Amino acid sequence: MIAEQYLPVLMLIGLALGLGGMFTLLAIMLGPKRPTDVKRMPFESGMPTEGSGFRRYHVRFYLVAMIFLIFDVEVIFLYPWAVQFRNLGLFGFGELMVFLAVLVLGLVYAWKKGALEWE
Amino acid sequence: MNFSLSATDFLTILPELILCGMGMVVLLFDLFGSGRNTANLAWLTLLSLLAAGYADITMMGQNLMGFSGTVTADDFSIAFELIFLSVTALTVLLSTRYVHERGMGYGEYYSLLLFATAGMMLMASSLDMLMIFIGLEILSLSSYILCGMLRRDARSNESALKYFLLGAFATGFLLYGMMLLYGATGTIRLREIAEALRHEEVFVNPIAWMGMGMILVGFGFKIALVPFHMWTPDVYEGAPTTVTAFLSSGPKAASFAALIRILVEGLSPMQEQWSQVLWVLAVITMTLGNVVALQQDNIKRMLAYSSIAHAGYILVAVVVGGAEGLGAVVFYALAYTFMNTGAFGVLILTADRGRERLTFEDFRGFGFVSPALGVAMFIFMLSLAGIPLTGGFAGKFQIFKSAIDQGYIWLTVIGMLNSVVSIYYYLRIVVVMYMQPAGDDSLQEPPRASIPLYTAIALAAAGVIYLGIFPSGWIGISLQSVSLLTAGG
Repeated sequence: MIAEQYLPVLMLIGLALGLGGMFTLLAIMLGPKRPTDVKRMPFESGMPTEGSGFRRYHVRFYLVAMIFLIFDVEVIFLYPWAVQFRNLGLFGFGELMVFLAVLVLGLVYAWKKGALEWE
Repeated sequence: MNFSLSATDFLTILPELILCGMGMVVLLFDLFGSGRNTANLAWLTLLSLLAAGYADITMMGQNLMGFSGTVTADDFSIAFELIFLSVTALTVLLSTRYVHERGMGYGEYYSLLLFATAGMMLMASSLDMLMIFIGLEILSLSSYILCGMLRRDARSNESALKYFLLGAFATGFLLYGMMLLYGATGTIRLREIAEALRHEEVFVNPIAWMGMGMILVGFGFKIALVPFHMWTPDVYEGAPTTVTAFLSSGPKAASFAALIRILVEGLSPMQEQWSQVLWVLAVITMTLGNVVALQQDNIKRMLAYSSIAHAGYILVAVVVGGAEGLGAVVFYALAYTFMNTGAFGVLILTADRGRERLTFEDFRGFGFVSPALGVAMFIFMLSLAGIPLTGGFAGKFQIFKSAIDQGYIWLTVIGMLNSVVSIYYYLRIVVVMYMQPAGDDSLQEPPRASIPLYTAIALAAAGVIYLGIFPSGWIGISLQSVSLLTAGG
């Protein structure tokens, strides 16, 4: 019943798959292949690679990543509120302050527990 | 757009707000409080649970609606909220010594319990699939962390990771089901879904049926129905025993509450079909839970399988439906809370200085080593087995009575047979406690006294006996609580 509405989406998907597949296929069929050791190295912005890609990372990277995510999301929530500030009025302001208070509590907790210490 | 909210909106979720706010206070108290006093944190947690319970009781019978009808505080949600609050209160009492001795993060432990409780309460009081999902996620995320609270213990880590992976998987199913139902009916409000499904062209839409199926799978995982129960024994065994006591009664009851909301309020036009699916699930859940529990040597694992079996009994009542059946669910949830947390309470009390006593051998002669605890364990086992004069019997009686009244004869027969099978492994503890001499390896002396733990066990035992001898009070409340649900459908 509403399938016609999705036809352009389907066409776009078909076009993307077709074009991408065609280029890859053409490159495989037509491109010359003369591999050398240097060419077969993984490309790391021009730096020579060292060691394996599978190794253990220190847990503090994850901590920092999580704290970053939390405050990142906070900023995302602030934007629509800032745009609609006048319409939302005092009530919206109060809600956002509660939201920020909860996040500040999270920051205090992380700080006090030493999640921000690097060494 | 109009965003004005009235005081009623906030009053509707007042108990949840109290618990969330106090959860943060407990966390702050732990950070800045003097000398990390665990006892104070436990009291603060109990105090907030009591405050939330008081708020719930004052709201009884008012059937408040809030946030444009997405959240309600009707008698059904309040009855379940009181059950959740008793689960958490008993767990907090049982945790006081265990948390301290095993060095689990104090503030985090108690505040996560409070957040989990708030999540469960939100699940029971939502009339909107999105709110149910949010409640479920608050609960699930807290319980994943609670399972892994013993950070240095590999089993605890395994338990948390397993629970997290399978829980996330189940959440995916649930969300997919909700999305499909939204696609078919165009709304996420449960009552509007029911209305939409009464139209023929929506009812025959396969998308709606896929949605229903996936929601059943999602909740099947959360409640641990066979065949979605695989995670349960490992998670329950590895988690700290206090958390296991909490998980096996609280979240299970919360998932049942949300499932009943969705099925009875939202999918009532499909009742004939979903009750057939649940019929099969109830039979295999009861049977597998009981049969596998027979072979366990670890009491914690035995109780894990027993909790699967009990979920099967409760599911029988959901299949039966109607005021009687759903009332039996509410009744059984409270009775199960008391007997299950009580049994775990005895296990927690005997866990001394980091060594947990969990095998049947450990309890040889325990009835004479510690007569009071022996009697308490005896009561809990009788109740779990469903012997008269206990809450377990009163609950099972109501479930099977409603099943017979509605003509589910075979379901009743299978349930009764299962109940008989379960007597073997429940009474095995009693036999070991009273009829075998204490060995070198078993508990030699009564466990160190701890007033909060004894209080919790005594309260649970009193609850079991009260529900067994005077069931009419709570039966009245549970029937009253479901009257709105069944009248509307």
